[in-house]
Amino acid sequence: MTNSQPPTGLSRELIALRAARELEPGSVVNLGIGLPTLVAGFVEPSDDILFQAENGILGYSGVSESDFDSDLINAGGQPVNLVAGASFFDTADSFAMIRGGHIDAAILGGLQVSAQGDLANWYVPARGGGSVGGAMDLAVGAKKLIIAMAHVTREGEPRIVEACDYPLTAERCVDVIITDYAVIDVTESGFQLREVAPGISVGEVIDWTGAPVNVSGDVIEMSL
Amino acid sequence: MLAEVFQTPDTAVADIANGATILVGGFVSAGTPSNLIRALCRTGQTELTAVANNIGLGDLLDELCEERQLAKVIATFAIRASGTRQSRFESQYRAGEVELELVPQGTLIERLRAGGAGLGGVLTKTGLGTMMAEGKETLEIDGEHWLLERPLRGDVALIKAWRADHHGNLQYRLAGLNFNPVMATAADLVIAEVEEIVEPGAIAPEQVGTPAVYVDRLVQCDPIPVRWEG
Repeated sequence: MTNSQPPTGLSRELIALRAARELEPGSVVNLGIGLPTLVAGFVEPSDDILFQAENGILGYSGVSESDFDSDLINAGGQPVNLVAGASFFDTADSFAMIRGGHIDAAILGGLQVSAQGDLANWYVPARGGGSVGGAMDLAVGAKKLIIAMAHVTREGEPRIVEACDYPLTAERCVDVIITDYAVIDVTESGFQLREVAPGISVGEVIDWTGAPVNVSGDVIEMSL
Repeated sequence: MLAEVFQTPDTAVADIANGATILVGGFVSAGTPSNLIRALCRTGQTELTAVANNIGLGDLLDELCEERQLAKVIATFAIRASGTRQSRFESQYRAGEVELELVPQGTLIERLRAGGAGLGGVLTKTGLGTMMAEGKETLEIDGEHWLLERPLRGDVALIKAWRADHHGNLQYRLAGLNFNPVMATAADLVIAEVEEIVEPGAIAPEQVGTPAVYVDRLVQCDPIPVRWEG
């Protein structure tokens, strides 16, 4: 690691936009609390993506602040709109979908991701206690797990590391990491750099990542 | 057997005992029995264990901390990710005055389902290799590893539905189901707060979300609006 200041990468919105592009048309997707909830605002109806909220909705669109109905919220407590063909169900059904392999992709926030794809995203040791919500079930059950997060902490420490020192959400679960600096795939042989954000160099990604990153192959600039 | 209709939430919860384990339905604002929670506060009963999705996120469950009525909370969301705001629950938890058992949401609902459905436990991959597996048994079945989670039941369940009929059949609206239908199966005494009580038949059989067999008591109340404070 360097002692210099970490570079400024993408805004949260642009991370969410890039994460939205990672979704396959026609897929069923769960969005975690925080940055991932922004992703719903960046998909087009023509993408035919169905968002699942673990509190019991399949088929909501963006957040709607105008008309609050306390019984119509997503898993982050935000009021949402429904799409035609939406359905409601209880928590048992919801987690049958999640653990049972019926969710094509989940986009969750992250605190740390390790080279073997372990995720830590629910417990900050300095705060203690924590809130786990549905994160562990989603990490285990979603067919594809995309982590959308800042590349480094506020203190400039890498979040992409050899091994997590924060308590784990699940082992060997992460497929792709999308940060303000890069798109990185988690492969059998560790981290593979796929894209860099505009204004961020391959060297900077390597410098601010706490584990080896394979940069062989075509590394392209993100198209946003 | 007809469900017993109570005129006020206070009379519906009056015989809840000190030390009871209470299942509380709802997901922050949706399907939350806020009138029953407030009435439980007014009973003054203490040493309670609350089982709920969340506490201290704008929900009224946190009000049970005001007079220190909770000994233990079993929940999925209990401590905010950011430390800028602290619920009453969080400050009492930090002071060691109340116990917290944090459970993954999918595991919590399946433990309750097992408790209500006469099953001996749940085998899940959720939590394997994490703090959640500490002190728990793991099983290998046909080469796959599973974490054994135990059933969970309450002495009382406080649930919220949109409408009930006099038999106790419940109908939910929108995303108000969440934990309510499963919690209704998993307690010795089930008390439902509803917005309207109608004659049997007014809720079409296929619209019944919780069949009457699970429901003991009904109370009609205007819902108290709450909002997530993240």
